[in-house]
Amino acid sequence: MTSMNSTQDKAVNQQPIDLDMKMQSIGLNAWFGAKQVLKDINLNVKTNAITAIIGPSGCGKSAFIRCLNRMHELVSGAKTSGQVLLDGKNIYEKQVDPVQIRRRVGMVFQKPNPFPTMSIYDNVAAGLRLTGTKKGKNLDEVVKRSLEQATLWAEVKEDLKKPGTSISGGQQQRLCIARAIALQPEVILMDEPCSALDPIATAKIEKLVVELKRDYTVVIVTHNMQQASRVSDYTAFLYLGALVEFGATKDIFEYPKNPLTEKYITGEFG
Amino acid sequence: MRGAPQISLNFLTQSTSGGGIGPAIQGTLILIGLTSLIGIPIGILSGVYLAEFGNNKYAATMRTVNDILTEFPSIVVGITVYGVIVIALIGEYSAIAGAVALSFILIPIVARTTEESLKLVPNNVREASLALGVHKWRTTLSVVLPAAKSGLVTGTLLAVARIAGETAPLIMTILGNRYFFQGLTQPMAALPLEIWRDSLQPQVSLQAQGWGAALILILIVLSLNIAVRIASRGRLKK
Repeated sequence: MTSMNSTQDKAVNQQPIDLDMKMQSIGLNAWFGAKQVLKDINLNVKTNAITAIIGPSGCGKSAFIRCLNRMHELVSGAKTSGQVLLDGKNIYEKQVDPVQIRRRVGMVFQKPNPFPTMSIYDNVAAGLRLTGTKKGKNLDEVVKRSLEQATLWAEVKEDLKKPGTSISGGQQQRLCIARAIALQPEVILMDEPCSALDPIATAKIEKLVVELKRDYTVVIVTHNMQQASRVSDYTAFLYLGALVEFGATKDIFEYPKNPLTEKYITGEFG
Repeated sequence: MRGAPQISLNFLTQSTSGGGIGPAIQGTLILIGLTSLIGIPIGILSGVYLAEFGNNKYAATMRTVNDILTEFPSIVVGITVYGVIVIALIGEYSAIAGAVALSFILIPIVARTTEESLKLVPNNVREASLALGVHKWRTTLSVVLPAAKSGLVTGTLLAVARIAGETAPLIMTILGNRYFFQGLTQPMAALPLEIWRDSLQPQVSLQAQGWGAALILILIVLSLNIAVRIASRGRLKK
């Protein structure tokens, strides 16, 4: 066993692309019109781990994760340059369909945004129905499993026909997570998923995020440093569109190398 | 209210020679139906295009043209359709020409209200769908349009109510007819025309008939407005 592992490790190391890394950004730049919001970001997202992106408002955290599933380019005037690799393949390659990328890289937004005209059940099923991936086949099962994974099943199993907007904000956010999970993405991006929620709902989401890393790779943007230190394995600190420091969460919070990072996590600015 | 004593079953169903306004009521209902059939799909499609895909120069031009058409004098629309359809294409005053003229009035209003109600749908709803890997057209069709449904229904019904009372373009297109529906390419009666004609007559009985027709037209428009109220109440409930 040991020898096999070591040969595998060797093989991985010899390849230019590290298979341990689900996603990699290489020299990633992004603009909104003439304003550059990301400057030469090189960052690795490890498989089945939680990577947190922290930094003060307007530092490009959201823009960065929106580049990871090509949502950034949907804003008019927005553009990018550089590469983002998903399993070693550049998702900004010309022949790549962004719609397919978004099915593999799911997203949960800052404000819970269930579809207003759909029931709880339909919200979870929406991804499968609207992408035509699974037509009616085992839909009930997928919905149930997704809601269970999002730890929402017990609370809504009697009310699946009720509108998705009828439940509380925290529940809505877990519904949105269930909606993303239903498509079985490989990566889940979360853009400040708790910023609109109270502490109890936040605690539930955090617990859920940690559970999710068993099956998915998670990238979470947060302006709450305690949250980053509680849930994440790796932390990246962005400031003014540049990556200041990146490393294991423990190292970043206990032994920050960059004085700017230290200032930010001790609350001197931000 | 002077029209009220006129109303009777006879008045509503008989043709002009029988002292009724049956052809006019029938004509107006046919016009509303035909115009809706032509105008609503085109109007809604234009509105969807402007709101969801209208981030380019071509759409900006289209938006301006649409705004101008909204305020276009209806008599000019009538003359234009008279020139193109009545004289050049069919060679006869006709029901279809009337419907086309009314469509020119209906389309810009429907397009405008469609665009406005789609823009009211929060962008995060669109993003939620796109982030699931749903195609843009499918997002528009299955997520954005349902969310804007009550706004669409309200706007469309109001536009239909507006064209139901139009008179000027009808003078130049359907002309009027003493008889019931003769075919799409034949002249046809309509309530606004009936009112206009009757009011110019010296006979008291015909003037009274005009009053009756006016009351019926008002009732039709009123019922459309009540439908709007019901449709928009549904929106507030949510």
